[in-house]
Amino acid sequence: MSSSDGSAARTSDREVILSAHDLVKHYPIRSGVVKRTVGQVKAVDGVSFDLYKGETLGIVGESGCGKSTLGRLLVQLERPTSGSLHFDGVDMTQQSGNALRRLRRDIQIVFQDPYTSLNPRKTVGDIIGEPFDIHPDVVPKGGRRRRVQELLDLVGLSPEHINRYPHQFSGGQRQRIGIARGIALNPKVLVCDEPVSALDVSVQAQVVNLMERLQDELGLSYVFVAHDLSVVRHISDRVAVMYLGRIVEIGDEEQIYERPTHPYTQALLSAVPVPDPTLRGKREQIVLSGDVPSPANPPRACRFHTRCFKAQDICSVEDPALDPRPDGRGAHPSACHFAEPRTIVETIDVSS
Amino acid sequence: MSDTLSETDVARGESSWTPTDGRLLDVEDLQVEFRTRDGVAKAINGVSLHLDEGETLAVLGESGSGKSVTAQAIMGILDTPPGFITGGSVRYCGTELLTMTEKQRREIRGPEISMIFQDALSSLNPVFPVGWQIAEMLRVHRGANRSDAREAAIRLMERVNIPGARQRVNAFPHQFSGGMRQRIMIAMAIALDPAVLIADEPTTALDVTVQAQIMALLAELQEERRMGLILITHDLGVVADVADRIAVMYAGKLVETADVHSIYAAPAHPYTQGLLASIPRLDQKGQELAAIGGLPPNLTRIPPGCPFNPRCRYAQDVCRHDPPPALREVRPGRRAACHFAEDVLADSAREFDHPHHVHGDGGEERR
Repeated sequence: MSSSDGSAARTSDREVILSAHDLVKHYPIRSGVVKRTVGQVKAVDGVSFDLYKGETLGIVGESGCGKSTLGRLLVQLERPTSGSLHFDGVDMTQQSGNALRRLRRDIQIVFQDPYTSLNPRKTVGDIIGEPFDIHPDVVPKGGRRRRVQELLDLVGLSPEHINRYPHQFSGGQRQRIGIARGIALNPKVLVCDEPVSALDVSVQAQVVNLMERLQDELGLSYVFVAHDLSVVRHISDRVAVMYLGRIVEIGDEEQIYERPTHPYTQALLSAVPVPDPTLRGKREQIVLSGDVPSPANPPRACRFHTRCFKAQDICSVEDPALDPRPDGRGAHPSACHFAEPRTIVETIDVSS
Repeated sequence: MSDTLSETDVARGESSWTPTDGRLLDVEDLQVEFRTRDGVAKAINGVSLHLDEGETLAVLGESGSGKSVTAQAIMGILDTPPGFITGGSVRYCGTELLTMTEKQRREIRGPEISMIFQDALSSLNPVFPVGWQIAEMLRVHRGANRSDAREAAIRLMERVNIPGARQRVNAFPHQFSGGMRQRIMIAMAIALDPAVLIADEPTTALDVTVQAQIMALLAELQEERRMGLILITHDLGVVADVADRIAVMYAGKLVETADVHSIYAAPAHPYTQGLLASIPRLDQKGQELAAIGGLPPNLTRIPPGCPFNPRCRYAQDVCRHDPPPALREVRPGRRAACHFAEDVLADSAREFDHPHHVHGDGGEERR
């Protein structure tokens, strides 16, 4: 178990590659004939984190918690309402035009749905080669076809399939095409928005293994957005748990899965079924009541207090900060007044 | 709880159906094909299943394995054309369903065998209030008048834990969240107190916290009514939590059937073994995912021999050339459709024990 201290030390002296500070994205709700703004959907509401070189940061949460919006903010597909996003010392939110385009070369995204994120009227060669049209200096014009074939080979597809169309591929193969497009410009950061959730179980592992191999080979940093906590544990070095537009707990994989201190993280972990019938009835289940409140009208102070089993008066008055709080062995950031470690998942180490 | 439903208007009607020896449903050698422009897709190739009272049978499979089609064939809601049942039998309490007229079928569908669908939003009618849709079951099948049926609908909504049922009975489907819509589907499905409930991916579109609520509700209802439950899913985690028996499907065939404990302890078919090795587990770290190579076959071009042979690490010539292996008993109560099931079983027992033995304390301390 000394590995936790080791990994903590490792992250502290590693290089920060992407740094988000107080990112906010509000969408206006318009109504009436003149489309007056009547409210705000607070999709992302003050998110800060650092991404280190070569690591995988998992971002988990239920639908509507803002994790996909956060992913899109990181590649500046959405411009934030406020906050900053530093990549290589440059604030991306202040850039536009050519300068932003140059920065985006280093931060690419892979989308969730391999069925709608590929243009059905373009061949695979056109799809993967399109980034080179926008950034022509990456690969000289004559070498593009070769480069696309190399990329196909790298993601485990046959280079001969360069002239095929997306519909001729299965879901898993299409996701490989999406990944090939994502890494075409040799980015430093790849944001993956639910890259395996649309895939069948037997194919999901192929894509997860591919992503791990590419990370090793290309030295990529991943931001891995997903709702499946088992997949996120498998692939991530660090994990951030989001609830209603905010990070409620962040730490390395062990801290989040073995010593979670936020009640939401604990409830989320306890709800994930484990494929082992011998644990039936033996695992502690924290059943949350109700649904996630609307992000257009989030609860005051601690946003989780309406569903929290630990909530007290203070929770609806004072917003808990995302500060390091003791987790039994050390401390990691958790946004709860009553943060307390609790073992939800009995972990077995199967690494050999 | 249950006494709210034992009122006359919702109680189980005079059912003329009584299972012999607790056997509710018997599916034998079911064959379904879809006649499409691209050729004939053999969606189901000889599936045999049975379901007893109070039992949960999980049908596990990936998309295209035929698990939903099996459910549709049992319910008698297969789209014909393009789908055709070309052989086999489906018996409910000993009576053949496939030869019944549509009128007779309707007396089974709902009061006896009922179904919950995956996508609650598209399964509910968007232009009618949810209470009306639940009450429709009672008006049509029981001849209840509007106000009685409405009251019953409110009680059913309360039973499935929809808060403020009386206030929300006239609300429309789009005014509910995904989890609440699924509860409404469940309320409709149990309205006539069926003996068999088929749940087709009931929680796939839902978040884990809501999934836990819905699975707990289903388990509670099943316990209360002694329903037989067929749970169709691809989620090996959900299955481990609730199933008594498991039937694994691949390319329209059953490849393995067993009780839940033995299948997870040591799968007897290479496909089941591959599935279990390829899913990341929440309670393990440092796990290596052993992906199954290749893709599930196209149902219009199922490979000759065993349909799994191109992806199988045990495959030999016999698997490629001989007719597909039949589902045979490999251990008491366990059946697998593989020429090398005994080898697979022995290997699985060794491999799956491995993590527990290496970390000796893990096996004991795990809760």
